[in-house]
Amino acid sequence: MSTLTTRQVKGLLGKKLGMTQVWDENNRFIPVTVVQADSNVITQLRAQDTDGYSAVQIGYGAIDPRKVTKPLAGHFQKAGVTPRRHVVELRTADADSYELGQELSVEMFENGQVVDVVGTTKGKGLAGVMKRHGFAGVGASHGQHKNHRKPGAIGGAATPGRVFKGVKMAGRMGAVRQTTLNLTVHAVDADKGLLLIKGAVPGPRGSVVLVRSAVQAPTTQGA
Amino acid sequence: MHILDSVDAASLRDDIPEFRAGDTLKVHVNIIEGNRSRVQVFQGYVVGRQGHGVRETFTVRKVSFGTGVERTFPVHSPIIDKIEVAARGDVRRAKLYYMRHRKGKAARIPEKR
Repeated sequence: MSTLTTRQVKGLLGKKLGMTQVWDENNRFIPVTVVQADSNVITQLRAQDTDGYSAVQIGYGAIDPRKVTKPLAGHFQKAGVTPRRHVVELRTADADSYELGQELSVEMFENGQVVDVVGTTKGKGLAGVMKRHGFAGVGASHGQHKNHRKPGAIGGAATPGRVFKGVKMAGRMGAVRQTTLNLTVHAVDADKGLLLIKGAVPGPRGSVVLVRSAVQAPTTQGA
Repeated sequence: MHILDSVDAASLRDDIPEFRAGDTLKVHVNIIEGNRSRVQVFQGYVVGRQGHGVRETFTVRKVSFGTGVERTFPVHSPIIDKIEVAARGDVRRAKLYYMRHRKGKAARIPEKR
């Protein structure tokens, strides 16, 4: 049955604070992204017999209670927590091991654990084909005039007499959901609620990201 | 001041003496060979410092057997055992790249007094 999840997924919402570097035990500089993942709570539990699948709903982020709509306020009140700005649902087999209103801390992750990070990438606005699709562009010289970053041909002339759907062209780039797979948790700061994740994470500083255990178990133990 | 200063604070060292371009330094470097570690001294003058905070680096230049050798260290690197300031140089630049073209008597830095 496809609705049966056997994997146990752990996840937290957090705010990307930015990147810095820290020293590891071999005295090497490690680039890390700092994610602040405090004040996560369980706002709803999905169970196999009532909902047909097993999942947890996690809330994160402060919000002015006056801004919360009455239906949402009731939803949070049911869980016995103050309203949160962001809510996400995570499918996990061990949903019944959590309880409603439970606070989640960064301590659920440990050093060296492999995680995926989901975020919204930086918006690039209207971008040309070289930036958006990695086209090679046109030569800088040999008589080229105002023709350096153009795509070139986009299809045949009389046959087919039209441009095929889905041809790569200029347009809006970025500001889409992206998942970066298999990042390593370098360190966990439980006092400040910080996760130090090795490598880059999608989105600008201050954006909300979801950190969860990796979907693909790494096939080789990366160095 | 900046958001991540509290994270960086753990990586910063407070036992680094004050020094600037032109100063002659003895940099004691921890070298790990297998399971043994020893200290090697790299002595030379500072060509310049670059960057800020945890990622600040400095470059030390010396002439070894007639060949100029430059080595760049992160200021807060844990491989640095200690830094000794052997002499303060009297220079007017923050980056002493012009010293790379100098030879013989011209390649000296007067001591500050």
